[in-house]
This record gives sequence, structure tokens and C-alpha cells, in this order.
Amino acid sequence: MDGVISQLVAGVSIGSVLLFVALGLALTFGQMGVINMAHGEFIMAGAYTAWIMQNILGDAGLSLIVSIPVAFLVGGLLGVILEEVLLRRMYHRPLDTLLATFGVSLILQQAARSIFGAPNKEVRSPEWLAGSIELLGANIPVKRIFILVLLVIVVAALASLLTYTSLGRRIRAVVLNRDLAEATGISTRAIDRLTFFIGSGLAGIAGVALTLVGSTGPTLGTNYIVDAFLVVVIGGIGQIRGAILAAFALGIAQAFIEMGTTATWARFIVLILIVLFLQWKPQGMFVVRTRSLA
Amino acid sequence: MTAPTRLSPPVDLDRPRTRTMISPGIGIPTWRSLIIGLTLMAIALLVVAPALMSSFELNRLAKYVCFAIVAVGIGFAWGRGGMLTLGQGVFFGIGGYAMAMHMQLADAEFAGAAAPEFMMLYGSGEVPIWWEPFRSPVFTIVAVIVLPALLALALGYAIFSRKVKGAYFAILSQALVAAFGVLLIGNQATTGGFNGLSNFQSWFGYVLADPANKRMIYFIAAAVLLAMIFVAFLLMRSRFGELLVATRDAEERVRFLGYNPATVKVSAFVVAAVMAGIAGALFVPIVGIISPADIGVTPSIVFLIGVAAGGRASLFGPAIGAIAVAWAETSLSESFPDVWSYFQGLLLVLVIALLPGGVASLAGKIRTRKTAEGAAR
Amino acid sequence: MPAIRNRRLRTLLAPPALLAATALVLTGCAGARAGEPADPEATTAAESCVDTSGDTIKVGFINSLSGTMAISETTVSRSLTMAAEEINAAGGVLDKQIEFVQEDGASDPATFAEKAEKLIQQDCVAAVFGGWTSASRKAMLPVFEANNSLLFYPVQYEGLEASENIYYSGATTNQQIVPALDYLVEQGAESLFLVGSDYVFPRTANKIITAYAEEHGIEILGEEYAPLGSTDFTTIANKVADSDADAVFNTLNGDSNVAFFAQYDSLGLDAETMPVMSVSIAEEEVPGVGLQYLEGQLVAWDYYQTVESPENEKFVSSFKAAYGDDAVTSDPMEAAYTSLYLWKNMVEAAESFATDDVNDAADGVTFDAPEGTVTVIGENNHITKTPRIGVINSEGLIDTVWETEEPVVPDPFLETYDWAEGIA
Repeated sequence: MDGVISQLVAGVSIGSVLLFVALGLALTFGQMGVINMAHGEFIMAGAYTAWIMQNILGDAGLSLIVSIPVAFLVGGLLGVILEEVLLRRMYHRPLDTLLATFGVSLILQQAARSIFGAPNKEVRSPEWLAGSIELLGANIPVKRIFILVLLVIVVAALASLLTYTSLGRRIRAVVLNRDLAEATGISTRAIDRLTFFIGSGLAGIAGVALTLVGSTGPTLGTNYIVDAFLVVVIGGIGQIRGAILAAFALGIAQAFIEMGTTATWARFIVLILIVLFLQWKPQGMFVVRTRSLA
Repeated sequence: MTAPTRLSPPVDLDRPRTRTMISPGIGIPTWRSLIIGLTLMAIALLVVAPALMSSFELNRLAKYVCFAIVAVGIGFAWGRGGMLTLGQGVFFGIGGYAMAMHMQLADAEFAGAAAPEFMMLYGSGEVPIWWEPFRSPVFTIVAVIVLPALLALALGYAIFSRKVKGAYFAILSQALVAAFGVLLIGNQATTGGFNGLSNFQSWFGYVLADPANKRMIYFIAAAVLLAMIFVAFLLMRSRFGELLVATRDAEERVRFLGYNPATVKVSAFVVAAVMAGIAGALFVPIVGIISPADIGVTPSIVFLIGVAAGGRASLFGPAIGAIAVAWAETSLSESFPDVWSYFQGLLLVLVIALLPGGVASLAGKIRTRKTAEGAAR
Repeated sequence: MPAIRNRRLRTLLAPPALLAATALVLTGCAGARAGEPADPEATTAAESCVDTSGDTIKVGFINSLSGTMAISETTVSRSLTMAAEEINAAGGVLDKQIEFVQEDGASDPATFAEKAEKLIQQDCVAAVFGGWTSASRKAMLPVFEANNSLLFYPVQYEGLEASENIYYSGATTNQQIVPALDYLVEQGAESLFLVGSDYVFPRTANKIITAYAEEHGIEILGEEYAPLGSTDFTTIANKVADSDADAVFNTLNGDSNVAFFAQYDSLGLDAETMPVMSVSIAEEEVPGVGLQYLEGQLVAWDYYQTVESPENEKFVSSFKAAYGDDAVTSDPMEAAYTSLYLWKNMVEAAESFATDDVNDAADGVTFDAPEGTVTVIGENNHITKTPRIGVINSEGLIDTVWETEEPVVPDPFLETYDWAEGIA
């Protein structure tokens, strides 16, 4: 039973990381059908922001807290620039945005290498996040709990934004029926830009969270981008709750399979399971039913 | 009640189909353009290049030719079929590893060893059962064509019959490439793992170290490329080709007309897969190594850059684009290693954003403009 | 518009015509077949185009300057450059100035092979220095053997290889892994947990460790592999913690180290309770992994920046002068630096740049390297090295806590160890 609990906990923590990297993507992909392959690099930008903050402020704990809003802004800004310069011209060509943003991701990666150098950067984690807590017989690192808590806050904020604010209502309107929303006077251009800002900003925050569990380097984004997309695809395009479920399902599946076999096989099996799942539900877990044929 | 009005002008089905009548992207290539293009390419590849290039440069060109073969397939599936496949690396890898397995076994037999060297070092020293069939050259050649086709068939039906398309398909193909890579790396004893398979001595009995043989392999690759372009041409001109374009542009209407778009797409997918497999098989004797690095997500996407730049829906665009981009990569990365990544990314962004039809569409635009000018005068 | 008949005819005729043309071309071009005695005239690939007539001699440097391995390989390129400049300032090799051509392997084995071939056949270099992953070396091996050129490979690796055309200036297993195990045994470790990335080096290393453990009565409590580049070690770290092993032998690569140590640390493990012996973390990698996790942990190499010798002091200060005060020196880049000097000494001993002459003169050539005096062993083209076990200190540098008295003679196939029978 001990093993099961600890693997469950492990799965939840893997899932929380997955959700963090996928959340922003779910928003942008769902909102505008834009496949942003540079999302991974926005995450990387957030991680580097944390490093820069740490260099400026010195104290690991303070810089961590301060980095969160700063990374949100940095990520969001990058997103808006990308949207304004490039994606605006390509809304009706989703596959092309995938390739174009892949080009952007190559450029951003090399830029990171040129600016910061190829070697990884150390982002120290604060003292008060060291060690682990014992819960239900499993050892949970405090860092992972922090990530989970941060995630919950972010998701709650996002959810309330979407549900309770007028801005959120407008965003949802545009997702459900763009033409009708435009007809009621909502500026879809502005909403798109804003959604992209938020989605990319979330990527920035994810980057800060990732500095606690991994290294900070130019290839940070490439490690997570495929997983992020898979979470979004399984969850159903545009469905935040789908992304949440998918991320945790994947995390727990990975953790349990890993217990039985090696990590390598676990990864392979999870990927195959995803392919099979998409056989059963090609549109993902939660589908927006429309009458359009597209 | 009046008689129903015609919704569109009557169409003369026997009218000659010329390029200028239709916009680039669904233009059907003519025999004339094929013969001119193929002749030019044949002269360039089979006569000019071997005469002017050193054996090292020619071998490098042979590698580009392999990429061009993959590109032709991608051009067909993506340009004409609208299927953005990020997973061509899988089929490239299957063809490549199949050929590599045969070559390793042949080398071992020739040297009198029980098993290929890497198996002696990292494995049990015994050849696994599923390696045995690759001893036969005939089986290997058949496998290079059939294995990718079978996998593409299975995957294609699974995916397209569930109406997974566009973005989902692209991402799914990425996941498959990742899975394949993980599988290869994790089984070091039987697949060479991260190192891949390398250190080949001979190819179907011809010693690889001999430059005359390398030349011969180059000619084979170039001939295969020309043949593949010809095959693509025939397919594009056929009914199937037209159906494919229709499926790309208006899948539901095709379904309403009674065709099964899934079958059409699967067929195109299989064609692309087979081409990638053949290219992979040729890659091995040319480059001398096949490893998970050659089949990962990044190479798969790099194939696409060439296709996009050349003109994904045109006949010669993908092949020429692939060779040009690969050439640029080598020259630029030699002179400016950092700059190459920027160039790659920028090229992709600019081509996709500004010139989605690639260089080939430029030619079309010039011609339509000339025609318009001519008509206006 | 051609009539239907002609079109069909064309369709039918074209493929055979193409094939016939190809066949004609091919019969004229076929070269040697396997099994035929090689026509000595025909194999012109062995002819070297190295130009020794002028005042300069060309060599090639091949390192990943882009891609994932650039993290580790950039510094190798730098130390090679520095060595070339030093040698030139001191008069060059056989009175010729070194002119080096830098190529980017782009972290891709096929690219390494291609660039190596370019360096040999187009740039006509006398020797090539570089490579990092075993994949890149194995990809380049056939190129160097076919062209009878020379590669100097500076990285520690899993052994089980010896080629006439490669000189290995990095540690082989009996100069790194075996001494590390000896040290752990000396410290009283009775059980080990093996953690590695899933590829050749860790798997081979663990085979060796397992054989050693059997011989010396050490229990292997676990052997876990993570996919390359994996950043999730929750499960593996849990297994490590639960095993209660005396020490962890870590053959993880790159980014995985960060994730592993972060997890290990948060489970409350540290260097006192369960030390980790790593073989892929050097001064260059310490900041990236995180000094907070690594302080006090063990590493096994043959050279550290802190090695005390006049040669090393000069080496370190020159490197810092050239690349900044924050630059650090580490084992692989020192081995690369050493390899260029070794080549110089071999060439001068042979009084020739030709590969065969260099090979004949190589055995016994020495150099006073920053790591100590090294000697080339002609039997397997490796060099003698002094294994040193180090502890990472609070500045991110590594202090030697144990070293062998004499340099260890390289034994890539572990032939001198009875317990290693069956591995090679």
C-alpha cells in the first residue's frame, strides 16, 4: 500500500508539472487554434527570468517570489510580440503556424545560447523549500508541494477570471463562436491578443516553477513541449478542465507504469497509450459539440 | 416556378488542363514540365555534379539526395494531401535500420564473426531471432519498402478513420517519433541504442571504402530520386491525385460525393512513408551511420523546411528545396556555426508566413502576372 | 496535346528507360567487391592530401558548438585553441605553425562523421581533435580508418575499443570507474545503488561495476536507468532512498543530473548519509546542476583544477586570462589540451606528419601535462593517467581526496582484471 501511495503522490507531482507547462498552451491552442511550438521557449524565458532575478536580488526565496509576476510579464510580452508580428497573418492556417512557431523556437533557443551561453545556469532554491514532508507514508519534497500550491492558485485565478469577470466572459464567447462574438461588438483582435498574453504569461510562470526541479538552459523548452501538446490534445482543445484531467492522468499513469518497469519502457508505453486513447476519443476527453463540419 | 438557374458556368470536361488556369497548389504538372525538369535535374545530378565535385562533395550531395527523396514524399502527403506529418523520421528510421541490420549481418558473416560487433560488446553475443531474416538481401529490400508501408497503413487507418486531422495528426506524429526514439535507445543490445549502427564495411558485396563504389551509390541515389519524382508526377496526374487535392481542400464534400477520404489520405500517407523508408535505406551506405539522432523530432521537422521553401505542392519544389536547404546548412554551419540556427529558424518563419507556396509559387505568380499583363494589353 | 496512345507509351517506356540508363552508368562505375583482393591502386582513399611543404600545418577541431552537447564541448574547443596558440608561440610543430580548422558537430553523430570526412579530404588536415559522445566517436571511427588519418579523442568513455587511427587521451574504465570503486570499498561501502542514463556508457559501466561488486562482495541494491534527457526522478529517487544503500554510483548524463540531485536532496539524502559518486560531473557542469546539491559529493576523474603542479598553475592562469576569471578547467578539456601537445611530441619523435610514421613513433611518447606526466601506450593508443577521487567544495571546484601513487596503465579491455572476464 505504501508503494501505491508514494507512486500516486509521485504521479500527482509529475502531473502538476505537466499541467503547468500545458495550461498556457491549452488556452492559446483552444482559444485561437494557434499551435505555438515556441511555447517551450516561453517557459525557458521564464526560467531565465528567475535566474536573472536571482542575480539581481541575491536571496533565493525573495527572487523566487518576485520572479513569478515578472516572468508572467516577460512571457506575456513575448507572446504578444509573437502574435503581433507573426501569428496575426496566419490565423486561418493552423498547420502553418505550427511550422512558423517552430522556426521561432529555433531562433529563441539560439538567442538564449548566444545571450546566456550554452551551459546551464544554476537557480538556487530557497532554504524554506528544502527537504520533504511525510504524508500518508510517502515522502513528498516540499518543492513539489510548493509547485502544486502555486498551480492551484494559478488555476483558480484563471478559472475565476474566465467565469466571473467580464473579460473572461468575452474570452469564452470568442472561443465558442467567434463570428457571433464579433457581431455583438467584442473586439476579437484585442481578445486574441489578451488571451495570448495570458497563455504565454502562464508559460513564464511555469518556467519559474521548473527551475525548482530541473536545469535552466537553452534546451529547457524542448524537453517539455511534446508532453505539453499531448496533454492539450488529450484534454480536448480549448478545455481547461480537460487539460487538468489529462495532465494528472498522464502523470499518474507514468508513475505507476514506471514502478513496474523501467523509466524508458514507461515513457514508451505512455506514448502508445496516448495514441490508443486518441483512437477512442480523437477529439480528446471533453469536446465542444458544434454543428459545423470543420 | 422558374427553371432552376445554373449555379456555375458549364464546364467542358475535355478542356486541356493548363497550369495558368488554376492557382498554385492544385496545378497539375504537365508532361512538358516533367520532361524539362527531369532532364535538367538529370543533367545536373548525373553529369555536372560528378564532373565538378570531389568525391567528398559528391558523397555529401548523395546525402542531400536522400533528404530530397523524403521531401518528395512529404511534398505529396503535405502539399497535395494537407497532412502535415512530423513523423517521417519513423519511416526513414525503419528503412535505415533495416538496411543497417542487413549490412551489419553481412559484415559479420564476411568477417567470420558470430554476430555484429556491438552485439558482442553490449549484448549476449547472439543474433536475436528478429534480426535473422535481414541476412537475406532480397528480404531487406522488400522490408525497406513493405515495413514502412505496413506501419503507415496501420497508423493511417487508425488515425484518419477516426477523423484525426490537422493539428492532432501533427502532434501525434511527433509523439510517435519520440516513442520510436525511446524504443531504439532503450534497447542497446539489439539496436545499438544511442550509438546507433555504424562501422559498415560493405554494401551488398561492394566495399564501402572504395571511392568508385561510393560514386556508384551516389548514382543509384540520384536515379532513385528521379524515379520518385516521376512516380509523384504520375500520382499527381492521376485521378487519385485530384481526389487527394480535393480531400485536402474540402474533405466533407469529398465524403458527400461518396468517396472515403480516409482511404485517400492513407494511400498518400503510405506513399510518403515508402519514400522515406527508401531514403533511409540509401542514407546508411552513404553516411555510414544510422542512430536515433537521425530520426528524432528535429530532423523530421528539418525535412519540412526544405519542402516548404521549395514549394510544397509543386513537383520539383520539395526535392530542390531539400537539397538547397541542406546545402545551405552545411555551408553556413561551416562558416558561422551560431548563425545557422538563426538562419534555419528565420527561413522557416519567412517562408511559411510570407511565401507559403515556396519558391515554386513565385514562378507561378510571375507567369500569371505576365498572362494578366498580356491579357490587359 | 499528345494523343492518348503516345502518352501510354511514354508511361510504359519511361521507367525501363531510366533503369536502363542507370544500369549502364552503374556497370561503368562499380568498384571493388567485398572479398576480392583489394587492388592497391584502386583504393586511393588512403592517399593523404596533407600539405607539409609550407610553413603551416593544418589540423582540425571538431566539437559541438550547437545542440544539446554544446554545453560540455564548447570548453574543449577553447582549450584546443589555447593549446594551438601556445604551441605556435613556442615555435610550432616541426617548425610549422599550426593552422586549425574548427568544425561544428552539432551534437549529431552523422554530422561528426561528415565533418570529419570534410576535414580529412577537403581541408587535408594532418590530425583531428575532438568528439565527445561515444556515438560521435563510433560514427567517426570508420572515416578515420578508411582514410588512415588520426583522431584524438579527449573524453572519458566506456573502453572496449582500440583503433590504430584513434588516440584516446581521456580515461578508460580502469582509470576512472575501477579506482572509484576501489575508493568506495576503502571507505567501507558494502552496498551500492546504480543510477544511470539509458545509453551505452552507463550500461557498460554498470556491467563492469556489477562484475567488480561480485568479486569484492558488494551488494548491488538497484540498477535504474532513465531515458536520456529525462527530468523526472521521483520514482527512481524514491527507490534509491528506500534501498538504504551505502553509496550511489551515478552515471547520469546532462540535465538528468539536476533533476536527480534535486529529488535526492528533497528526500533528505546527503553526502554523509548516502554519498553519490558521479563520473559525468566536472567543474564545468557543477553550476548547472547546482552547488547547493553537490557540495560534499564525490566525483571520479583524473584531473581537477585544484591539482597542484607548476604545469597546472600555468594552464589554469592562461585559460582564465584568455576566457575570463569565471572560466574553469576540467578533465575533458585538459585531456584535449594534452592531446594536442602529445600529437606534437609524437610528430617530432617521428619527424613526420604521416599517420603511419606517427603510429610507429607513438609508443612511449610523454608530455608533462597539467594532470601530471602522461605516456602513450602504443599497444592500445591510450595514455597513462592518474585517477583522482574528488570532493566538490563550497566554491564549486573539486578537491582531490584520494589518488593513486603511480599513473595507471590503460587497459580498455580490462584484460588485467580476472573478475572482468566475459565483459569484453
